[in-house]
Amino acid sequence: MYNRGKIIIGLVIFGLIITAPFLLNMVQANEPPEVSLDTPVINQLSEKECVESADFMRSQHPQLLNDWRDQVVREGKTVYVSSSGKEYEMSLDNSCLQCHSNRSEFCDACHAYTSVDPYCWDCHGGGIAK
Amino acid sequence: MNRRDFIKLMASLGIGSALVLEGIDKIGAAAEVAPDSKALPAKHWGMVIDVSKFNSPQDFQKVAQACHQYHNVPDIDDPRHEVKWIWQEDFEHTFAELESEYLSEKVKQLQFPVLCNHCENPACVRVCPTKATFKREDGIVAMDYHRCIGCRYCMAACPYGARSFNFFDPRPYIEQINSDVPTRTKGVVEKCTFCVERLAKGQQPVCVEASGGAIVFGDLDDPNSSVRQVLKDNFFIRRKVELGTGPSVYYIIGGGGASA
Repeated sequence: MYNRGKIIIGLVIFGLIITAPFLLNMVQANEPPEVSLDTPVINQLSEKECVESADFMRSQHPQLLNDWRDQVVREGKTVYVSSSGKEYEMSLDNSCLQCHSNRSEFCDACHAYTSVDPYCWDCHGGGIAK
Repeated sequence: MNRRDFIKLMASLGIGSALVLEGIDKIGAAAEVAPDSKALPAKHWGMVIDVSKFNSPQDFQKVAQACHQYHNVPDIDDPRHEVKWIWQEDFEHTFAELESEYLSEKVKQLQFPVLCNHCENPACVRVCPTKATFKREDGIVAMDYHRCIGCRYCMAACPYGARSFNFFDPRPYIEQINSDVPTRTKGVVEKCTFCVERLAKGQQPVCVEASGGAIVFGDLDDPNSSVRQVLKDNFFIRRKVELGTGPSVYYIIGGGGASA
């Protein structure tokens, strides 16, 4: 092989550049987002619970909201019976955002961390201050 | 393996995996959903507007304002960009096909509140490429703004001009946002919804409440409903019936038999 030294050095540099994002992230401690539940409505609740368990909401809320939209808009069904048997109005404005009125500390905290940009607020939550 | 065996194997694999996926789908099914017990039921919502009770500009304003304030409809002055759900129109533009040179001055000067006609055979629904606008089982032509891509085919198709497009973010043009209902966003078409979200909670549409009896709302399929009672006792006209759209908004001119 000609130019063995140059080729190997080049390969090592190439490998470092390609894996740089992973290597840098291993060094950097990545703070998990802080999600605040400190809103007037939530503080007044005797039992602090969402329509489903926190784990379910954390992983499934986009799907849940999509289902709610289709049920309400297409099927005209507006009442959600949760797995605990309680009834809720399926409405982002009149249910979710009544409690979670702190968009920047609640919604945006995780969305910014995971780098997703949902357009919910283009239409919803207009009456609630940001 | 010969070709016959291979095809058999692949077909059974396909059917098997479809069954498995179907099963997984069922496991993931969420909790139950139901309509509100207070929801008003109907097979075909319809509206009757008594034009004789719309005399002054205030009569129109109070209805349009109530509707537009409730639904967060922006107040944009520029007619090229304005958004409207219910508004005032003169005879010539409401019933163009009834125009005649011998028409009495009284009829010519009549003013009509106009809105989406929630057609039985809606042209807007036929042309919508994303099914963002659709006809519900209760006859309401509804919209799913999430799916609207802003192509405005529906606006071209609607013979009543009932649809408006949001050329820009409407929020700065809304004086006081009603937090009970969403606003719309740049790039979607909007129109009257017959207050579908209020019907789901057992309330009458905003315009009906604001009109003080000038607008009657009810189930056209029910012979005993308020709208059918009014239609039975009065001569009525609908807009552009000759197009076959089957509008669900009826106008009674009133004022005795002379003007009808």
